Amino acid sequence: MRIELIKRPQRSALFSVVSPFIALGLTVVVGAIMFALLGKNPVMALYYYFIDPLLEVWSWHELAIKAAPLILIGVGLAICFRSNNWNIGAEGQLIIGAIVGSIIPVMFPDFQTWLTLPLMLLMGIVGGAAYGAIPAFLKTRFNTNEILTSLMLVYVAQLVLDWVVRGPWRDPKGFNFPQTIQFSPAATLPEIMPMSGRANWGFVFAIVAALLLWFMLSRMLKGFEVRVLGQSPRAGRFAGFSSSRMVFFAFLISGGLAGLAGISEVSGAIGKLQPTISPGYGFTAIIVAFLGRLNPLGIIFSGLLLALTYLGGEAAQISLGVSDKVVRAFQGILLFFVLAADTLILYRIRLVRPVAKTMETAPSPAPVEVTHGNA
Amino acid sequence: MGGTVSAHHDAETLLEVRGLTKIFGTLKACDNVDLNIAKGEIHALLGENGAGKSTLVKMLFGSLEPYSGQILWQGQPVAITSPGVAKKLGIGMVFQHFSLFEALSAAENIALSLDDGAPIGQIAAKARALSYSYGLPLDPDSLVGDLSVGERQRIEIIRCLLQTPQLIILDEPTSVLTPQEADKLFETLERLRAEGKSILYISHRLEEVKRICDRATVLRHGKVVGHCNPREETAASLARMMVGSEVKSVVRAPLEGIAQAQTLLEINGLSRKPATPFSVPLTNIRLAVRAGEVIGIAGVAGNGQGEFFEAISGEARQSDAAAVRIRGKDAGRLDITGRRLLGAAFVPEERLGHGAAPRMKLSENLLLSRHATDGKAFVGTGGVTKSASIYNAAQRIIEVMDVRKSAPDPEAAALSGGNLQKFIVGRELDRSPAVMVVNQPTWGVDAGAAAHIRQALIELARAGSAVLVISQDLDELFEISDAIAVMHNGTLSAPMPAAEATLEKIGLLMGGAEPGHAPHEGEAA
Repeated sequence: MRIELIKRPQRSALFSVVSPFIALGLTVVVGAIMFALLGKNPVMALYYYFIDPLLEVWSWHELAIKAAPLILIGVGLAICFRSNNWNIGAEGQLIIGAIVGSIIPVMFPDFQTWLTLPLMLLMGIVGGAAYGAIPAFLKTRFNTNEILTSLMLVYVAQLVLDWVVRGPWRDPKGFNFPQTIQFSPAATLPEIMPMSGRANWGFVFAIVAALLLWFMLSRMLKGFEVRVLGQSPRAGRFAGFSSSRMVFFAFLISGGLAGLAGISEVSGAIGKLQPTISPGYGFTAIIVAFLGRLNPLGIIFSGLLLALTYLGGEAAQISLGVSDKVVRAFQGILLFFVLAADTLILYRIRLVRPVAKTMETAPSPAPVEVTHGNA
Repeated sequence: MGGTVSAHHDAETLLEVRGLTKIFGTLKACDNVDLNIAKGEIHALLGENGAGKSTLVKMLFGSLEPYSGQILWQGQPVAITSPGVAKKLGIGMVFQHFSLFEALSAAENIALSLDDGAPIGQIAAKARALSYSYGLPLDPDSLVGDLSVGERQRIEIIRCLLQTPQLIILDEPTSVLTPQEADKLFETLERLRAEGKSILYISHRLEEVKRICDRATVLRHGKVVGHCNPREETAASLARMMVGSEVKSVVRAPLEGIAQAQTLLEINGLSRKPATPFSVPLTNIRLAVRAGEVIGIAGVAGNGQGEFFEAISGEARQSDAAAVRIRGKDAGRLDITGRRLLGAAFVPEERLGHGAAPRMKLSENLLLSRHATDGKAFVGTGGVTKSASIYNAAQRIIEVMDVRKSAPDPEAAALSGGNLQKFIVGRELDRSPAVMVVNQPTWGVDAGAAAHIRQALIELARAGSAVLVISQDLDELFEISDAIAVMHNGTLSAPMPAAEATLEKIGLLMGGAEPGHAPHEGEAA
């Protein structure tokens, strides 16, 4: 008995939908094994991970706070990955977006009008996009590998952030803590429903961005261009589309959205700049993008799911005393199975009996009739 | 089935195939195929594209595993599980698409496929001796990148012969050769036959098969439809067996008043530097295609046809705006969209990945080349695509071109090569372009579809368009062209009116002879 992968003539519509769920199922099974090996009750652990955070209204708000940057960045990355541009540096674009967006509340704290917040958000988008434009420029001009350049720029961004909060932007009345002054109310992203929890408008931005990009990808000529150039660059060139313009387009969109996520996070949930403003949203969003099948609508759901692993990780840490690194392990396992399960979209699995041997033992002059299926 | 096989059982059988079946998904690529090859014969495997020839051969060479059935080698049942096993048994194969490293020498390429670890000098000496003894002179030290396609094929053949096979499988070997080079190859094959080696010869060129093959097995839709002696058949009767019905011949109406016709495509002193170390530079190409005519460009593969096509289509632009003129307007600096808007249409050689995006639906592939020219019909305000009208237009093309498919709007990769090509050509014809440039219109397309495409191109020209066809298939060019020019080493000869052109004259030009000069023997020692 042997397992064979048989190429399907067409993409399987069924498995395009089902494969993320298969991946999720396998992740839960392997996760349970992981908890058992850690000496924890796997049922309890999974309960704290996936059920407990959903039982209270305030934690739904927390879920929205965590999901917002994941979805914002995830849909931008979907455009990148669909067009075959591998932006791994969304974390850096998020940080630079947050820094640039914070220029107004930190350096001009007295500028408090209705314009303050929109300007901050705009500057966050511009900052993230400009930072994303660096690997795009390097790729189109010098043919460098954007995976490496965008990834390395993440560390540059982290050090820049570290420098500004410890150096020029440090709050003079902050008891030497490495952080900026608290943003004024005019520079703070309002909460959607302050009565029940602290989820802010960042989540609304995420949903709107996902819907807009979904419409662009599936209904507009620009989205067609993204898909053609990603799948088959030569056919894209034959269509008259420019691949270097597409590199910039993809990096500017995803960088801008990461920047928006950064400034939303800082002006919403945190309220100031500090050395760490993201628990790796820019990297987790890669998993979000793939788990959502690079489809902006799917990414809304996968973003919520990955947000749940963050919350669940915190809950499990408190209730069971497992390390917070378990969250990363969980996310890694999930990405692994997502990519593996995607094979089922293009291939189907067949179990093969060794045919040749059975024939050699049964020599007959007539053409051998081999049984079909599982006789 | 196969009642005629028994008549040949007197000759000693080398390879026998019984009831071989291979299933891909729901498709029976090979369905209960019987075949036997005697020692010392050249056996033709005939069939249209998609008839199952490649699948059968891949099973014989161990690249695919049969679903059911039996292979007997010298009377013994064998399981050919990998190409290595096939080589050990004594089966060698020369593929249609070469697998050579251009930056390595011929001898190094040969050494890579032998796993005996012999020193390179020894292999080179052996290869040189063998190549001369078979009349296929080859310099083992030459760099593959510098060699012509015909010479590259020699490397493949020598590489195969060095493993002293009993059975040699040749897949469409003459598709890349000039008529003269093909003659040389036939001599070699006859020599091998005289030595008692067997050859399985895959081709769709019926004249060749009639000329050199002793027996033929004809496949259609995965099934053997007959075994025959090709010498007793006519090309028409063989074609009938392959296709299953009469193939319509192409009708070319006489060309009238061409002298007064307007020039729609003009190429003035087009030159192009090589883009990569192994691409061919174009030198001072001049050509005019007038309304109403079909001009054919012959040439052995790799003589600059691809570079020429890119330069005309605008995928590679020129610095001189007048180097390419479309409908009287300078187009040299325009990109492919700009040239399309001037009324030109292009069909590239590669279907999947160039002319069409494999994993996109046919309707999306329609948008691929027509989003600019049919902007009003297919794209609405704000860049929103009109999927309903695109879908309807795709269905119209599918109907006109008789594209056979399994779903209403399948992905391009799900279509057979011939059907996809019909769609890609139909996509451009549907626009009624003033200038149509086609590279390899019927490469790998079955006879029925090829006739359909050729007829459509002639009709487009007669309706007042200028049609330029680049092809390696001389039969095709003679069938459809009003004049034939030859591309050799990046230069283009003056077009020769169809009435004056002969296979021999064109063949000499393809080999690099200057027009009007005595041909020189191109064999370097």
